[in-house]
Amino acid sequence: MNILSLFGKRGQSASVAKNRLQILLAHERAADGSDAVLISNLREDILAVVAKRIAIDPDSVRLEMDRSGDVTTLGIDIELPPTARAS
Amino acid sequence: MSNATVVVVTSGKGGVGKTTSTAALASALAKEGYQVCAIDFDVGLRNLDLIMGAERRVVFDLVNVVRGEASIKQALVRDKKLNNLYLLPASQTRDKDALTEEGVASVISELRMYFDWIICDSPAGIERGATLAMRYADEAIIVSNPEVSSVRDCDRIIGLLDAKTKVAEDGGRMPKHLLITRYDTDRAKTGDMLATDDVVDILSVPLIGVVPESKDVLKASNVGLPVTLSDETSPASRAYTEATRRLLGENIPVTIPEEKKGFFGKIFKGRAA
Ligand SMILES: Nc1ncnc2c1ncn2[C@@H]1O[C@H](COP(=O)(O)OP(=O)(O)O)[C@@H](O)[C@H]1O
Ligand SMILES: [Mg+2]
Repeated sequence: MNILSLFGKRGQSASVAKNRLQILLAHERAADGSDAVLISNLREDILAVVAKRIAIDPDSVRLEMDRSGDVTTLGIDIELPPTARAS
Repeated sequence: MSNATVVVVTSGKGGVGKTTSTAALASALAKEGYQVCAIDFDVGLRNLDLIMGAERRVVFDLVNVVRGEASIKQALVRDKKLNNLYLLPASQTRDKDALTEEGVASVISELRMYFDWIICDSPAGIERGATLAMRYADEAIIVSNPEVSSVRDCDRIIGLLDAKTKVAEDGGRMPKHLLITRYDTDRAKTGDMLATDDVVDILSVPLIGVVPESKDVLKASNVGLPVTLSDETSPASRAYTEATRRLLGENIPVTIPEEKKGFFGKIFKGRAA
């Protein structure tokens, strides 16, 4: 469902707000920094694997976590140096 | 050197619309194609992430970066809609001394290399958090409501901008812009609210925009979209877009956008009343 489509309907935005808050607060109340540790460790592992094949700048590996209601996704974004693509 | 401009959005008083304005202005600048970073300086009371709809993707924050626990690039959260808009979230720590002056200085100077605009959302108050948010700014947007206590607090903030910032300490003068928010057009007409001219007169800061009180602001915050992205036709959105053009140096007269009352608008208004 497109979030923008909710705009037209009366009162719909409040239920979006409630849902967002429930997800966020559940996470914040339990927050123990474990996400940060996990992401940092994963990043190092991924960096090590990629570095075996390609010389890359450590900052070019970006991990992005997205916590929705029941699934959390992990996005990995690796920017390769121009020379790596040519080979 | 970089051409980045660091803008602090500040007010002294809480609840006047700093966070709403930071999100709206940052998004409007990003829509113009600039590389934009919004920083939440409200340590302990992070909210800019919610208003920008990024709360589910926050892992690291400003304090992690200052403490060297994460690089800036790792901590930046990219906007879902605009890939040239980023958020550096505040930390939820209760430690008020988590931010250091040197730490903030180095974060800002690194961000200057990557971005055209860096918008700092100040916490309320005149304490450390607020002074750190303004410390390295090149320009200030002073947010006021047309209401006595808000105007008075802005005056205090102007004093700090002229004393406690790097620009001021180096003998310069901080450029300031006055943004009046939550302006109630009906009350202005009946004379029950300070007029924009009154506020400008008292504070002697040039006006960059007048944002009307609008229900669209609440709706936008509900769904986590800055009002300038959620509904471009809304009066609040138009006011922020105009303010952005003035921030970019355009010389356009300040208008106070109102709800368009077309035929259907009138019928709706009649029913709602
Ligand atoms: N133009 C406006 N019209 C209606 N409500 C507004 C407007 N600007 C801000 N608000 C509301 O005022 C409250 C405080 O705004 P916020 O941006 O969080 O202020 P601050 O950051 O200065 O504390 C929020 O509930 C917000 O939705
Ligand atoms: Mg705020």
